Amino acid sequence: MSAPRSLPRFSATFDRHAIAEIQRAAATGIYDIRGAGAKRKLPHFDDLLFLGASISRYPLEGYRERCDTNVVLGARHAKRPVELQIPVTIAGMSFGALSAPAKEALGRGASIAGTSTTTGDGGMTEEERGHSRTLVYQYLPSRYGMNPADLRRADAIEVVVGQGAKPGGGGMLLGQKITERVARMRNLPAGIDQRSACRHPDWTGPDDLAIKIEELREITAWEKPIFVKVGASRPYYDTALSVKAGADVVVLDGMQGGTAATQEVFIEHVGLPTLAAIRPAVQALQDLGMHRRVQLIVSGGIRGGADMAKALALGADAVSIGTAALIALGDNDPALEQEYQKLGTTAGAYDDWHEGRDPAGITTQDPELFARLDPVLAGRRLANFLSVMTMEAQAIARACGKSHLHNLEPEDLVSLTLEAAAMTRVPLAGTDWYPGKEFADGR
Amino acid sequence: MTEALSVDLAETSLRDLHATLHALPKDTNRTLWRVRNPRGKHSVAVGLDAPISLRIEGHVGYYAAGMNARASVLIDGNAGPGVAENMMSGKVRVRGDASQSAGASGRGGLLVIEGNAGARCGISMKGIDIVVRGSVGHLSAFMAQEGFLVVGGDAGEALGDSLYEARLFVRGRVASLGADCEEKPIRPEDRAALENLLERAGFSELRAGDFRMYGSARRLYHFHVDNASAY
Repeated sequence: MSAPRSLPRFSATFDRHAIAEIQRAAATGIYDIRGAGAKRKLPHFDDLLFLGASISRYPLEGYRERCDTNVVLGARHAKRPVELQIPVTIAGMSFGALSAPAKEALGRGASIAGTSTTTGDGGMTEEERGHSRTLVYQYLPSRYGMNPADLRRADAIEVVVGQGAKPGGGGMLLGQKITERVARMRNLPAGIDQRSACRHPDWTGPDDLAIKIEELREITAWEKPIFVKVGASRPYYDTALSVKAGADVVVLDGMQGGTAATQEVFIEHVGLPTLAAIRPAVQALQDLGMHRRVQLIVSGGIRGGADMAKALALGADAVSIGTAALIALGDNDPALEQEYQKLGTTAGAYDDWHEGRDPAGITTQDPELFARLDPVLAGRRLANFLSVMTMEAQAIARACGKSHLHNLEPEDLVSLTLEAAAMTRVPLAGTDWYPGKEFADGR
Repeated sequence: MTEALSVDLAETSLRDLHATLHALPKDTNRTLWRVRNPRGKHSVAVGLDAPISLRIEGHVGYYAAGMNARASVLIDGNAGPGVAENMMSGKVRVRGDASQSAGASGRGGLLVIEGNAGARCGISMKGIDIVVRGSVGHLSAFMAQEGFLVVGGDAGEALGDSLYEARLFVRGRVASLGADCEEKPIRPEDRAALENLLERAGFSELRAGDFRMYGSARRLYHFHVDNASAY
């Protein structure tokens, strides 16, 4: 009998991913670029629970008593605020990063569900305008495809300062996705690697932003709500400055929010988790007397009705989904496993959206691949998902005795971890305490 | 001669001015306008989309004639940042100097600046033509994609940084070229385009033969690790 040998021991620090990345970097000399948002484990909505009703609070009857879900965005200054039937919108994703059928499917699904979709870095396509009942037009640093006619046929305008996956970063669309159509919309040669600027070309800082917002309002006759989208990094100040600059709506995107193509190191190491960003943003609105007058839309890692309900309870007016919407369309479908294997990945982990070889036909400009996506069916799947999200949130809200999703409040929640309690100022489960809370006796 | 319709911004709000101008039909015969007392206001005459001639009598703040389409706008004074930003078509002329980001991301039309322009003139330009009689500041034509930038004087540092397919003509000294920007030989079609722009700008005293041309070296069109030091 041979002597027992020690069990091979893997390092918690140099885990499989870290080792593979060092080996990949050493072999190629270039950092890793990928799509999607932060994949590391972060404090998230899973770290909160709802309490439900009890003796002191009584519930509403499921399937019987009303629990409303509508939301009005942009009534602060806009003559024509956006009215949505559900408080979940589709986040900005560009034509270029996504195929035209995918953009059409997003518009179809959102319209069936009674909500809005959003353009992205690359301008407005007929597919999405035609199939979106409510369309938010992003006004981005690159200004690709930007023109006043599209500005006027949008239902709202979203000035993009940053996004959660890369606060402070610009974008990149690799040459294989710059087809003739994409290139034409962006005034660029086809086939080149295209950069999207990280700063707007004609304004910097909050005072300029106020002037820029006024210009957009003057051009669109003060009709459209103006959103300002920021990546979560300094949510208290960014929210306050957006309000000062005249925003009707603040869109706050946490680091789990997706991107079409960004450096892995950027995605995983810059920005705040969505959970940590909400309470400071709400505090800023409350300090300014603007909570519920300026709406807060939260995005980044929203996966279903529970996440939506928790974000609303923390003070958001609506949430926005991007990655979840793509999954609903058919992204990372296990039925495509063989094709994912050929790309060196597996269903559920596919994130090389920048390469344009998406077997689901969503993050590609390859005509053979994007022809696979039926925009009608995919739109139906998205509508189904949005409906389920809403019903889930309603089920929770009724259990908490709320006749509108907006009546959910922090007092309906408890935290499961100290981190979540500190970030959200929601007491740790079983206590009335969160880190930083002072006791009545001053301790 | 038809008398110009006059709007006095000392008495009329910007919102009312734009409501009037934006309501003009595409084939309007109310084509001559003057705007008095702009007094440095921001966003004067933005989003025009009619074949009118509009004269602004004084200095303007940010974004004057922003997103202009088809209109011909004369600013009889100086202009703040972002004059004619994202212009689609038409013509904008600044009699005095223009601040930074003049013509930013413009997609068409002609911007003429009779004085000097500040930093980032023509930043992100996407088809607009810009002719500056004087000098331009640093980082002009940064990430410029399409169109011509003509500079009768000098250009500041990092001219044409990260340039795409825009063409830059400079008559005077260039403090430095930005990443991936290089001097190009002037082809007959380039010279013809330059002469045409100088003529349309009304700068007959400037001779095309005195200019040098700059464009993209196209070395950064595809991200490559060997170029990392250039970024």
